[in-house]
Amino acid sequence: MNKPILRVEDLTVTLTTRDGIAPVLDNVSFSLNAGESIGIVGESGCGKSMTALAIMGLLPQPVGNIASGRIWFGDEDMVAVSDARMREIRGNDISMIFQEPMTSLNPVYTIGEQIAEVLRRHQNMNRRQAMVRATELLDAVRVPDPARRVRDYPHQLSGGQRQRVMIAIALACEPRVLIADEPTTALDVTVQAQIFELLSDLQSNTGTAVIMITHDMGAIAEMSERMIVMYAGRKVEEGTVDDVLDNPRHPYTRGLIACVPHIQEVVTDQRQPLVEIEGIVPSLSEFGQNACLFASRCRHVTDQCLAARPPEAQVSLQHHAACWHAEKLS
Amino acid sequence: MSFLITTAQRIVYAALLLLAVVILNFILIHLAPGDIADTIAGDMGGADATVMAQIRIDYGLDQPMLYQLWKYLWGVLHFDFGHSFFFNVSVADLILERLPATLLLVITAQILALVIGTLLGVISARRPNGPLSHFVTLIALFGYSAPVFWTGIMLLITFSLWIPIFPVAGMQDMTIEGGGLAHYLDIAHHMVLPVITLASIFLALYSRLCRASMMEVLGADYIRTARAKGLSESQIIYKHALKNSLSPVVTLAGLQFSAVVSGAVLVEAVFSWPGLGSLALQSIIARDTPTILGILFFSALVVVIGNLLTDFVLRLIDPRIRSGR
Ligand SMILES: Nc1ncnc2c1ncn2[C@@H]1O[C@H](COP(=O)(O)OP(=O)(O)O)[C@@H](O)[C@H]1O
Ligand SMILES: [Mg+2]
Repeated sequence: MNKPILRVEDLTVTLTTRDGIAPVLDNVSFSLNAGESIGIVGESGCGKSMTALAIMGLLPQPVGNIASGRIWFGDEDMVAVSDARMREIRGNDISMIFQEPMTSLNPVYTIGEQIAEVLRRHQNMNRRQAMVRATELLDAVRVPDPARRVRDYPHQLSGGQRQRVMIAIALACEPRVLIADEPTTALDVTVQAQIFELLSDLQSNTGTAVIMITHDMGAIAEMSERMIVMYAGRKVEEGTVDDVLDNPRHPYTRGLIACVPHIQEVVTDQRQPLVEIEGIVPSLSEFGQNACLFASRCRHVTDQCLAARPPEAQVSLQHHAACWHAEKLS
Repeated sequence: MSFLITTAQRIVYAALLLLAVVILNFILIHLAPGDIADTIAGDMGGADATVMAQIRIDYGLDQPMLYQLWKYLWGVLHFDFGHSFFFNVSVADLILERLPATLLLVITAQILALVIGTLLGVISARRPNGPLSHFVTLIALFGYSAPVFWTGIMLLITFSLWIPIFPVAGMQDMTIEGGGLAHYLDIAHHMVLPVITLASIFLALYSRLCRASMMEVLGADYIRTARAKGLSESQIIYKHALKNSLSPVVTLAGLQFSAVVSGAVLVEAVFSWPGLGSLALQSIIARDTPTILGILFFSALVVVIGNLLTDFVLRLIDPRIRSGR
């Protein structure tokens, strides 16, 4: 169980923009064990999607490039393998669900065809077999009346149903790793809960390892064993979900946790004000400086924070935080 | 079911449109000064007023215009377009004899322009800054800015004087014996230059549009999904992207159908192609009103049918249009 299936090592990804080349991921390392679920959290623009796309080999072309680092899948370095091998892995061993269910399906093909296609590509199925399996998969992702729905086009489905179809596509070949990039952000709250529940059920049934990227701390707490907090292209904290949520050592993590609105059982006059982390994520051109990039928004900032990038302090065996003051913040 | 209803609707609209075209053409032609009596009188070297009046009575031109219009419409409904003064045959026969030649030219040019234009568009969209893409932009600009008759004349000069490998006039070689394959090959040989001339402008238009819409589609989320499935680049381009980027191209092709037909008139004149275009030229000069009206009707018919087909193809391509959303 504890053998890593995916290992990201010192990954640096650059984006070429008008202002120059910026490290959108800056020396990020983490690993994922077989069957495990880890969560990645962080505000928008912190590089969560870039992490996912880098693993998939789908960085935006031609601007996005892996500048250094390794992505080990088993004992293959996916940074170095051929395009042809990468296409064999994608959709078969590693799949991804995207943030935009409304636009991620091709409008001119039936959803049955879009599921069947990936089965034909990787599982050597013929048309009929693939369509039969597609119907079963639709049933598995709890789309009602799957035998009829396979012939529907995406525009005939709701956002939640489309995301279920995306999940069916991603899980069709029983991948070993599933990356879900904010799979519920674009959906209604009630649908969000259903999708999380579906993903977590499917994960426990299939034993697929999951990287769950989300804003939803509650979902992470429920689904994941470990979590990673990202800020401005860097990993700022990593640990078991319990460790990180109960004993956050990075001020940014603390801020994120404080931001989660708490539902009061009895509605009183003194409703807790909504909390936010003051300031905004620095822009891409400021990524990569040799300093703590959270310093401008941090209450604990010292000269040291501005002078050098904080190393990862080990809090416990599995718990690290990239903050100069991690020790003090217990 | 809704598919049948919308199709029926389109056909009714098309019929109404044709009716409007017939009425408008009729009125316009009759408003123009001069008629067949003038031509006949001219041919006879002048005629006095009583003879002129007699001619007008013979051809029914003395009746009120509304009555003439009604009679004409009634005829059209029965596929009777009157009698050609000039060629002295029924207009319907005259046109049906010439129509195939024009259709052959128009349809071949349109299909050629669509297929090659799309292909060039796709290829240049894949590498928008590559040399091929720039080349496509260049020929597109050239094809679009050069008038049909100029391109035609240039080709004509080139292939009649310097590289005489293609015939530059007519549709077939009367000296070729036997029917069958030899006959079709001969027609195809004659078609080369007129078709290239006619296709060039539209090819340019379609390739530019296809390039643009293809580039937009290649950035779409569902293309990223297709990549995430591990599909090959050619499956991504030709299965997932192309079908989506075709809609604007097909729409434009439908809109351009009338332009192709009127372009054909010019091309026929340049290459002496025995179609409706050259017939139109002759009958206008002869003030052969029934023939002109007939040609206008059939041109409109071709355009309307072309648009119906476009509509149909769009429905095949895009399920969102099919379901009426
Ligand atoms: N195609 C792109 N071209 C240029 N910059 C991009 C592109 N995609 C993302 N970025 C930038 O990269 C940074 C990280 O983006 P992303 O990984 O999508 O963040 P997240 O998923 O955490 O919200 C952001 O600053 C974003 O503006
Ligand atoms: Mg994102």
